[in-house]
Amino acid sequence: MDYVLSLILIIITAIFVNNIVLAQFLGICPFLGVSKKVDTASGMGMAVTAVLVVATIVTFLLQKYVLDAFGLEYLQTIAFILVIAALVQMIEMVLKKTMPALYQALGVFLPLITTNCCILGVAILVIQKDYDLLEGVVYALSTGLGFLLAMVLFSGLREQLDLTDVPKSFQGVPIALVTASLLAMAFMGFSGVDGGLKILFGL
Amino acid sequence: MNNLKILVNGIIKENPTFVLLLGMCPTLGTTSSALNGMSMGLATMCVLILSNFIIALIKKLIPDAVRIPAYIVVIASLVTVLQMVIKAYAPDLDKSLGLFIPLIVVNCIILGRAESFAAKNNAVSAIFDGVGIGIGFTLALTSLGALRELFGTGNIFGLPLWDESYGMLMFVLAPGAFLVLGYLIVLFNKITKKA
Amino acid sequence: MLVVLTVIAIVAAGVLASVNAVTAPQIEKINAENLAAGIKQVMCSDDIEVSEPQEVDAFTAYDVKDAAGQVLGKAIVTTENGFGGALKVLVGFNTEGDILGYTVLEHVETPGLGAKADEWFQDKIKGLNPGKSNFTVSKDGGEVDAITASTITSRAFLKAVKNAYDKFYASDATSDNAQQPAGEADKKAEEADVLSASDMGTPEVIE
Repeated sequence: MDYVLSLILIIITAIFVNNIVLAQFLGICPFLGVSKKVDTASGMGMAVTAVLVVATIVTFLLQKYVLDAFGLEYLQTIAFILVIAALVQMIEMVLKKTMPALYQALGVFLPLITTNCCILGVAILVIQKDYDLLEGVVYALSTGLGFLLAMVLFSGLREQLDLTDVPKSFQGVPIALVTASLLAMAFMGFSGVDGGLKILFGL
Repeated sequence: MNNLKILVNGIIKENPTFVLLLGMCPTLGTTSSALNGMSMGLATMCVLILSNFIIALIKKLIPDAVRIPAYIVVIASLVTVLQMVIKAYAPDLDKSLGLFIPLIVVNCIILGRAESFAAKNNAVSAIFDGVGIGIGFTLALTSLGALRELFGTGNIFGLPLWDESYGMLMFVLAPGAFLVLGYLIVLFNKITKKA
Repeated sequence: MLVVLTVIAIVAAGVLASVNAVTAPQIEKINAENLAAGIKQVMCSDDIEVSEPQEVDAFTAYDVKDAAGQVLGKAIVTTENGFGGALKVLVGFNTEGDILGYTVLEHVETPGLGAKADEWFQDKIKGLNPGKSNFTVSKDGGEVDAITASTITSRAFLKAVKNAYDKFYASDATSDNAQQPAGEADKKAEEADVLSASDMGTPEVIE
């Protein structure tokens, strides 16, 4: 029971309290780069979530059964990034063959994901936080959902922004950053919720 | 293009932060103080100069089809070396930059410069490009960090400028990062595009 | 094509292995030195002998003796969730459970504010005994002033120290201390918990 509650805590913390984009500053490039339209933003969010989960499973097993087992912890960064790059390529090929419709929707985002730091970041964090495999997967999934949430909210704001009259020197990225700042401020309202829940759950 | 031009180009015309808008994660994540911002900028610069140099040297040996994985291996090795050196000789720096050190690997600036500059130019120019872009990045991070530290705590590089109780903590936290960067870009555009 | 990639990978692995061979002992040395210096600092004594670490639940305790072999007390590593994440404190107790000193080992609190914990409490909690005093922030009715604008960090810090005390000294404290029976102490601790739970939702900044 405690284990289930701790998983719930991980989910809520990762989505709201320590949102990957708005609190931890990982995955900012796609957050700013592909957030002009809600549908592309949600497509990117889903692609990242999917890759995050698969990458976390693979890197977790790699760390436990190869790097730790042979005392090669210092190869972590290089091994993880290569695995992630290869994995993204593989997911792209598999999707293309088996689910062309989904590939149509997400395909263009996949090559960009390799250099999305939230994938490597989460893979390393899972090891640092000493999660087990299930906790790691839950953490990766909810981090992805947090990313998706931030993307959808932000792109919604930016679509509205297109209709407003923005001062010339603020057009484009600057006003987007100011908007992101306000969104981050809104998410700060969640800070401390994890501590409260922890007491509530008796953990 | 002579080497000095390459250098200046990296600082102003192709400033990675204000113009190219690359490497945003460390830009926002590590600039809670001027010192942290500067350390991150210098760490990235080290990797960038070395990766530019090595890639310019070995570019003819690498077949086109596998160039990206090869670059990634080079960059990741350099980052790991840097990470180990920092852990061993500057443990405080390791504490304050934390996760963002291994994440230099996925900093788009480094792979971007490898692909767009080092792969097409000779080793010496590549070093100058690395230095230029590196300085541009470091300056951007330091100014962002200094402003956030000043507004947030009243200090710059830990030196008090005004009393801490006037500090708006929000600037040190996440929203301040986005806000200050937004306004800095506006300022940068105003200055460079009018001049 | 594959050959080139393999060669690059092998060279890279070789370079990393050799750098690792140089830096790994240095990293270990630094960690050991930091811990030794930390224990000296929190026990307020330079001439000490430290036992092997004992892991009890989430705590790591070191029995500390002076050079003459007399027991000084314990240095305990204790962790509590603060504002941004784990707050790891090394705290030194004498044999009675009075606080000798402390140092913050790791924190992910607001930069500039949470970091203050390393100095803020130095003169405030030294000599206090968490079992005999009301070891909570003044806002919760306790004896210790919280760091300005970081109540959550302060609460987490005090809780970390209190937990360490409860784990290693609590049984002695109740027998020593007639004025405050264990039941009442527990009740007070609970009240403090409820208090902190009720306004946990407020962001630290606004406080």
